[in-house]
Amino acid sequence: MSNQGVNKGRRNLLIGATSVVGAVGVIGAAVPFVRSWAPSAKAQSAGAPVAYDYTKLEVGQQITVEWRGKPVWVMRRDDKMLQSITKSEGLVADPASEKPQQPEYCKNEYRSIEPDIFVAVGICTHLGCSPQLFADAGSLEGGWLGGYYCPCHGSKFDLAGRVYSGVPANANLEVPPYTIDTAAKMIVIGEEGGA
Amino acid sequence: MFKNFMTWLDARFPATKVWNEHLAEYYAPKNFNFWYFFGSLAMLVLVNQLLTGIWLTMFYSPSEPFASVEYIMRDVEYGWLIRYLHSTGASAFFVVVYLHMFRGIMYGSYKKPRELIWIFGMIIFVLLMAEAFMGYLLPWGQMSFWGAQVIVNLFGTIPVVGPDLVEWIRGDFTLSLATLNRFFALHVVAVPLALVAMVFLHIVALHKVGSNNPDGVEIKEKKDENGIPLDGIPFHPYYTVKDIVGVVVFMMIFLGVVFFAPDFGGYFLERPNFEPANPLKTPPHIAPVWYFTPFYTMLRAVPDPFGGFIVMALAIVILFLLPWLDRQKVKSIRYRGASYKILLALFVISFIILGVLGVVPVTDFTKWLGRICTVYYFFFFIALWFLPKFEKTKPVPERVTDK
Repeated sequence: MSNQGVNKGRRNLLIGATSVVGAVGVIGAAVPFVRSWAPSAKAQSAGAPVAYDYTKLEVGQQITVEWRGKPVWVMRRDDKMLQSITKSEGLVADPASEKPQQPEYCKNEYRSIEPDIFVAVGICTHLGCSPQLFADAGSLEGGWLGGYYCPCHGSKFDLAGRVYSGVPANANLEVPPYTIDTAAKMIVIGEEGGA
Repeated sequence: MFKNFMTWLDARFPATKVWNEHLAEYYAPKNFNFWYFFGSLAMLVLVNQLLTGIWLTMFYSPSEPFASVEYIMRDVEYGWLIRYLHSTGASAFFVVVYLHMFRGIMYGSYKKPRELIWIFGMIIFVLLMAEAFMGYLLPWGQMSFWGAQVIVNLFGTIPVVGPDLVEWIRGDFTLSLATLNRFFALHVVAVPLALVAMVFLHIVALHKVGSNNPDGVEIKEKKDENGIPLDGIPFHPYYTVKDIVGVVVFMMIFLGVVFFAPDFGGYFLERPNFEPANPLKTPPHIAPVWYFTPFYTMLRAVPDPFGGFIVMALAIVILFLLPWLDRQKVKSIRYRGASYKILLALFVISFIILGVLGVVPVTDFTKWLGRICTVYYFFFFIALWFLPKFEKTKPVPERVTDK
């Protein structure tokens, strides 16, 4: 075949056009592979809401409920604990819960719908460990007001899950969406609603 | 008979040509020393990992991970040996690769014209870290689970896309068997394929430019009348035989660990990993396997998680740039100035300290020590850029020496 009389402009246009169509095809072909990694229908149904009868809790007791595979704490706080939250005001990084770590209806001093019932995801906001409860004043160290301590990297939280200043974690513990069904005396974790 | 066969074969496939180009007539500098064992040992460990890995997949089941590993350990004949060869092999891989990289740094083997060899090697290192990380999830022990939790959540610290990205990586709202199954696929198929391909490219690039040596002298610049480097000797039989000595000594140590201390005091196989993964209970102290600890300490040195993630990533990225950061023309440490030797010695010390700090609990002292060593890690690379201005190098000989 002769190279004479080659229309270079037309050749470049054809190369360009086929390249663009080819690139679109590659992106299109990548979609099913990328999308297959998203949570499957099975994983999504396993993420359904979980109900817990809160009358089973003693005052001052905390239990862990599994929701979407995460440990969710339900804790019945007594007056002493609520006072410790007020006292830790100056020590915590985000006392007014400005960061969106809770639903709107829990953006208050005690970070809960009812002051005495505290619900939070028990996963440290630093790198996902599970903090441990040191409820009594002085139980972790001198001057400790009571709260949570993460054994992985030493983050500290008060009894409302508010993070202390100067620790690796920089956000308050996450409060999941939940609702309190007063008639059935149930806390439903994973269902939006408030009181 | 054999000659006829070779003639027949060579007409159809470049068998003799490849043999000569890469072994019998591949001329390597004659002054290789102890440090030159680790490249061939890395190949040996790679073969060990592939072989034992294929055998493990014959018995491992990602739908009941912890139980199937116990099954391998207790019920499969020699299953314990195959698994320990694989788990010890993972640590051995990092031992030889770290030493291999240190050799490259010490003798300036990444410098022109060997920049691409270093880049391919760094890609191998990154793939190896991905491979090791995903492989460590597969036994589904407590440390598998919580270690992966920490690392996967690192991606969640990326602004805006972080949380969705993490959900996509996990394929679930939490780290689950869905995550394990995709890690399994990547660990046994995708990453090993990429690793083998990169090792091939690493060697092709090496054989194109020829090996560096402890004197950092280009042997190709002095050739005899046949075009053979005066200081070169054929790789086969000279270095194949030398490497066999290295293999024997390495195997004695390696198998010693496999048979007598396969968990290596909790450093190769961490103790919480003998307990099945429990998403509701964090082990009191989470530490990565030893080969990740220097980078893990850098992560922890920064108070902000995303900042820590960036620092850790930069620690890898800066290694890629090494051929261009080190502007000194003199390659080998033998002829570089005292200033370089001190810088490098401190770099090794700080890297080891970073590694040790990664397995001990955090205190105020270790936090600050970690920060100092992290800063020094980066300072080393920046100092290399400016060093040629102050460094008093020694004259580099024309030919390799007998030292």
